[in-house]
Amino acid sequence: MYRYDNYDHALVQERVAQFRDQVRRWKAGELSDEEFRPLRLQNGLYIQRHAPMFRVAVPYGMLSSTQLRRLAKIARDYDKGYGHFTTRHNLQFNWIPLERVPDALAELAEVEMHAIQTSGNCIRNVTTDQFAGVAADEILDPRPLCELLRQWSTFHPEFAFLPRKFKIAVNGALEDRALTWFHDIGLHIRKNEAGEVGFRVIVGGGLGRTPIRGQVVREFLPWQDILTYNEAILRVYNRYGRRDNAYKARIKILVQALGVEKFAEQVEAEWAHLKSGPATITQAEYDRVAAFFNPPAYAQLPAIDDGFVQAQAEQPAFARWVERNVRPHRVPGYAAVTLSLKKPGTAPGDVSDVQMDRVADLADRYSFGEVRVTHEQNLVLADVRQDELQALWQDAKAAALATPNIGLITDMICCPGGDFCDLANAKSIPIANAIQAKFEDLDYLYDIGDIELNISGCMNSCGHHHVGHIGVLGVDKGNEEWYQITLGGRQGNNAHLGKVIGPSFPADEVASVVEKLIRVYLDNRHEDELFIDTLDRLGVEPFKDKVYGDRLKGKKAA
Amino acid sequence: MTRIIKNRAVVEDSWSVLRLAEGETADTIDLPQGPVLVPLSVWHARKSALLAASSPAAPVGVWLAAGEGPESLADDLAQLSVIAVDFPKFTDGRGYSAARLLRERYGYQGEIRAIGDVLPDQLFLMARCGIDAFALRADKDADKALALFDTFKTPYQAAVDQPQPLFRRRAA
Repeated sequence: MYRYDNYDHALVQERVAQFRDQVRRWKAGELSDEEFRPLRLQNGLYIQRHAPMFRVAVPYGMLSSTQLRRLAKIARDYDKGYGHFTTRHNLQFNWIPLERVPDALAELAEVEMHAIQTSGNCIRNVTTDQFAGVAADEILDPRPLCELLRQWSTFHPEFAFLPRKFKIAVNGALEDRALTWFHDIGLHIRKNEAGEVGFRVIVGGGLGRTPIRGQVVREFLPWQDILTYNEAILRVYNRYGRRDNAYKARIKILVQALGVEKFAEQVEAEWAHLKSGPATITQAEYDRVAAFFNPPAYAQLPAIDDGFVQAQAEQPAFARWVERNVRPHRVPGYAAVTLSLKKPGTAPGDVSDVQMDRVADLADRYSFGEVRVTHEQNLVLADVRQDELQALWQDAKAAALATPNIGLITDMICCPGGDFCDLANAKSIPIANAIQAKFEDLDYLYDIGDIELNISGCMNSCGHHHVGHIGVLGVDKGNEEWYQITLGGRQGNNAHLGKVIGPSFPADEVASVVEKLIRVYLDNRHEDELFIDTLDRLGVEPFKDKVYGDRLKGKKAA
Repeated sequence: MTRIIKNRAVVEDSWSVLRLAEGETADTIDLPQGPVLVPLSVWHARKSALLAASSPAAPVGVWLAAGEGPESLADDLAQLSVIAVDFPKFTDGRGYSAARLLRERYGYQGEIRAIGDVLPDQLFLMARCGIDAFALRADKDADKALALFDTFKTPYQAAVDQPQPLFRRRAA
């Protein structure tokens, strides 16, 4: 993975000094709360229910074992011994006193980490596919370009005070695993007819209060031009995006207001001035950065390891884990392993300091010392030998990291919700736990098969409920926590939004409602048909009938 | 006279800023003696009168409101020794784009002054965008703010202060 040189080191160290000074001036009354607010937000610091929430950047999801151990140390020394991985690869701490954040930042800087622009109205952490570099369907490893985007966006002088936050996702494979259609900018790496590498540029997607699928602004942009083109997009947005209403300030609203053709015209007109300028990426720089992502020293191995095959035959529990948590690798004899952070009864995405240390050990022992964070809030060891999978499984089990549920209903995306987050209308973790409890029986869970269930505690949609096959959204109804259900959303190449099925439910009914939805699927599915396919075939009506029963008979849904 | 930061030093400054009050219009407002920064609308409505009244001791400049672009001044740049960019709130970032465009697109060589809600923690960013004079909000200490220009020594991007991005200089 990318390693800092003296320039990169200097910048994060200067950032620590800057923030330490800002905290000092704030304490001394030289900076008002209002003046300090965007400064702390751009270091990932929110004032939350209990303490400031502190969000550390994990650029495009890559972590070294050294970095993970440092996060464990910070969890132990500064927090209450755990952290929470988010849908944008970042790690959040919940209990660090604001006065201690500069010291935590200094500890992060030592291992080439920071919290730069993890919040605020600026360009946020760039996200990508957790299987970058190892996926069989990959066109080009997106990580070098993600790193170039990271550097370009870091302290960008023109775009630190945008109308609203700005998120970029990059996907380099045939299948979209980075939710690119629902980002402010989504980039698809592709090749044109001449075999040259470039991007499809999608702008104006987003979830949140006004969920909108992004639209293609350019079908093919040569890769060298990505920084100048992004600069053109951001400049049009910075100048013309709405600033009168925070709910209408994302770039998606501007794209909708202008229409994508007109928006694209403005971007192209701006880009005409910037194209081929100094920010055009050079081959030398690409090569310098790409060299950090060269494949590790893989062993020459048979495509199928006999011992691995035999172990699966002998141990059903191992076979189950392999079926759900292990993916094929483009290199013969290797596999990519997902460590589940969705053990029923725990908060999805949460990880303890002990677990972080254990994952770091596992990465060192089995996967070249590297870990990736997925946007589904799990961790990936991307380069594991087949003949070591059984040993890894046993070690992971001992650390409660081998729940064999990846892609199943208990592997849900879930925001921290009202237990931690000040923005939330409702709690989400207890809902997640109640649903997990309904599906604890593994045979039942496996029989249901692939399904995506996403939970957000408010319409800001950090839990991606709009794109879950089943989405659960917490709403505030007369100071009570209620939950709205959507059906049919999905991520991937055909990503789109789910539809609300009807009136919301009180907290204690949500898990039963989900169970009823699953019942409709199980009763109606064709052989080998997944939940989402049955839903597409039948439409939502039978699902609505089941959950609302008599409640809606004879009257139209409000 | 007020104290402003200019080219990284605190200096006494005599420019005033004309802002239209409610009910006042560009066509009818009394034009004050220079040095004065007038709104873009006043400049367009009263250009010849302003230029006739101006002198080296009493020059005229224009200030751009957030949302006003330098496009509308493109033909007048040679007549203006100061253009100000107004920040109605420090969180409104439109002025950064306006300043960069003035320098990079229109080649403006005169002074670009930040006015309005101008705070020390934004000086570094503003300077990178080509702003070289800063009328800090009255409650802020200009002398203390000077240190913040050097917050980051070698940033990554190309900007007005450094037209080559770090990656083109890094290998050398």
